Amino acid sequence: MFYRETGQFKTTYQADQAVFPIRQDRIGIVIILALAFAGVPLLASEFAISSFFIPVLVFSLAAIGLNLLTGYTGLLSLGTGAFMGVGAYGCYKLATWFPGVNILILILASGFISAAVGVVFGLPSLRIKGFYLAVATLAAQFFLSWCFVRVPWLVNYNISGAIEVPTRTLFGIPVTGPNATATTRYLVTLSIVVLMTWLASNLVRGRIGRMWMAVRDMDLAAELIGIRLYRTKLLSFAVSSYYCGVAGAMMAFLWFGSSEAETFSINQSFFILFMVIIGGLGSLIGSFLGAIFISGTPIMLKAVPPLFGLSMHAATVEHLTSMILGALIIFFLIVEPHGLARLWQIGKQKLRVWPFPY
Amino acid sequence: MDLLYKIFLDPFVQMGSAPDLLVQTLWEGLVSGVLYALIALGFVLIFKASGVFNFAQGIMVVFAALTLVGLHAMLRHWGVSSGTAAAYLALALTVAVMFGLAFAIERLVLRPLVNQPDIILFMATFGMTYFLIGLGELVFGGEPKLMITDDLHLPRGAIDVKMLGGFVSFQKIDIAAAVIASIMVAVLAVFFQKTRIGRALRAVADSHKAALSVGISLEQIWVVVWFAAGIVALVTGIMWGARSNVSFALEVVALKALPVLILGGFTSIPGAIVGGVIIGVGEKLGEFYWGPLLGSGIESWLAYVIALLFLLFRPQGLFGESIIERI
Repeated sequence: MFYRETGQFKTTYQADQAVFPIRQDRIGIVIILALAFAGVPLLASEFAISSFFIPVLVFSLAAIGLNLLTGYTGLLSLGTGAFMGVGAYGCYKLATWFPGVNILILILASGFISAAVGVVFGLPSLRIKGFYLAVATLAAQFFLSWCFVRVPWLVNYNISGAIEVPTRTLFGIPVTGPNATATTRYLVTLSIVVLMTWLASNLVRGRIGRMWMAVRDMDLAAELIGIRLYRTKLLSFAVSSYYCGVAGAMMAFLWFGSSEAETFSINQSFFILFMVIIGGLGSLIGSFLGAIFISGTPIMLKAVPPLFGLSMHAATVEHLTSMILGALIIFFLIVEPHGLARLWQIGKQKLRVWPFPY
Repeated sequence: MDLLYKIFLDPFVQMGSAPDLLVQTLWEGLVSGVLYALIALGFVLIFKASGVFNFAQGIMVVFAALTLVGLHAMLRHWGVSSGTAAAYLALALTVAVMFGLAFAIERLVLRPLVNQPDIILFMATFGMTYFLIGLGELVFGGEPKLMITDDLHLPRGAIDVKMLGGFVSFQKIDIAAAVIASIMVAVLAVFFQKTRIGRALRAVADSHKAALSVGISLEQIWVVVWFAAGIVALVTGIMWGARSNVSFALEVVALKALPVLILGGFTSIPGAIVGGVIIGVGEKLGEFYWGPLLGSGIESWLAYVIALLFLLFRPQGLFGESIIERI
C-alpha cells in the first residue's frame, strides 16, 4: 500500500540508474542513516556503542570485503582474518612513520598494503579453484599469523607483542587511543563504513561488478566473451583485501585500541565467512544483516538467561552459546540457503503487494 | 652468499653428520603424517560418497576421544570397578554414540540440504563443528584430559635402537599407531572392494543419480559413510590422545589435514595416506633443519606452503581425478 513504485516515472537515465530508484527506499535509507548518525550516539549507552555498534560496523565492512571476493567473484577465501591483520599492522607502522598525518588517511591507506598482500596470495587462484583455493588461502592465513607473532618489527619491538594504538586527534578531538570516547570512535567508524559501502555498491553495479559476476557464474564462459580472467580475479582479490584491511585497521584503532596476533587468527576468518553466508552471498545488505546476526547472537544469549532468573556458570554459557550458534547456522542454511538478504527481499516483495495476496 | 649456504648446504651437512638424528626426525614426521592421513581419510570417505567438504572431521576426532574418556570416567564413577572393563564398555558406547551422530547428521543436516550448492553444505559442517565443540565441552568439561592408555592396553614406553652411530628412540604407541592405521586402511580397502555396501558406496561416489536409479538408498549410504568416518575419527582420537592430551586444542592440528587433502586429492584414499606422509615428514624436516633460520614455529604454515607449491603444478592433487570442464 505504502511501499510501491507506482506513479514514480523516470524521465532521465540518471534517475533510472540511481542506487535507490524507488522513493520509499530513499526515505528509508535517510531514516536509517539519521538513526545511525544521530539516534545511536544520543540514545545508546557508551557500553552498547563500544560492545555492539562498533563491532557490527567493523565486521560489516570485513564481510563486504569477503562478499566481493566470495559472493561476487565466486572465489572462496579462508584468509580474511590475516588480511585484516595486515591492515591493522600496516596502519600501525604507517602511524609510527608519519605521526603528523591525519589518521583517517592512514586507515584508508593501510588498505593498500593489505591489497598488495592479497594480490600475492591471490596468484594461485589463476590455476586452482573451489575448495582447493580455499585451502590455499589457508596458507596465507597461517603464514601471516606466524609473521604477526614472530616478526617483532611489526609491533615496533614492543615487549608485549601487541599493538598499542597511539592517540591521534581530528579537529582537536582524540579519535584513537585511550582518551577517545566511544561516541567519537563510533562516528568515525560509521563515516568510513558508509563511504566504503557506497563505493562498493557502485562497484558491483558497474562494469567491474558485472565482470566479477560473470567469472563467478562460469569462468570459462566469461573468458570466451572477452573478460580477462587474470586481471578480474586479481582485481577482486585486491579490492576484497583492501576492504578487509581497512576493517582490520579500524578494528585495532577504533574498536580495541590495542591488538594482538590472536585477534586475526583463523577463527576470525571463519566468523567473517559465517556472516557472509548467513547474510547472503552476493549481497551488500546481507553483509550487514549477517554481521548483526553473528555478533548480536552471543550478546543476546548472554543476556537472555538472567532475564528468566537463571544463573549459569560462565563456562556453561560459553558452551551453550557455541552449541546454539552452531545449531542456528545449520537451521538458517536449511530454512533459507540464500541468507538473510533473501528474507529481506521476500519481505519487500510481500510489502509491495500488501494488502492483496497477489 | 652466507644465506644461500645456510639454506642449501648447511642442513644437508647436518643430516650427513648425524644420521641417527635424521632417522629420528624422519620417524617423527612419519608418525605425525600417519595421524594427519587418518583425519584426511575420514574426510575423503565423506567427500567421495556425498560430495560434502566435511570441515567437522577434525572436531569429530576430538569429540570421539572426549566421549571415550568422559564415558570411561563416568562409568568408573558409577561403580564399574575394573578399569579395563570400563574402558571397553566406554569404547562400545562411543561407537554407539558415533553411530547416533552419523544418523542425526544425515537426518537433521544432510537430508534437508540435499541438492544445495557445495558451499552451503560446507557451511553446515561449520555449524556442526561449533555444535560439537559446545556439546562436548558442556557434557564432559572443557579441561584437557588424559587418554586412558593403560586401561585400553595400549603399549607405553619407548624402544631405543642402536643404529648409525647413535640411538634412535621409537615410542611404542607410535608403532602401534602406524600398525593400526595400516590395518584400518586395509580393512577399508577390503570393505570398499568386496562387500555389497562398499560397492554401493563406490557407485554413489561415481554418480548419485545413476546409483539412485539402480535402487541404492542414498540415505542409508550416507549414514554408513558418516559412521565409517566416525569410527576412523575414534581410532585417530585414541592414537592422538595417547600422544598428547585430549582437548579441543587439537582442533588446530586437525586443520593440518587440509593440506594433506589438497596434496593427495580430495577423492583418493591412497592420496590421503601418501599426502599425509609427505606433509608429516616435510614439516618435521623443515622445522628441524631449516626452522632455526627463520625463527621457530614454521611448522604452523610449512605444510600449507608445500601443498600450495604442489597445487601450482597439479591443480587436482597428486592422485585426484583430473578436472574436466564443459561449457
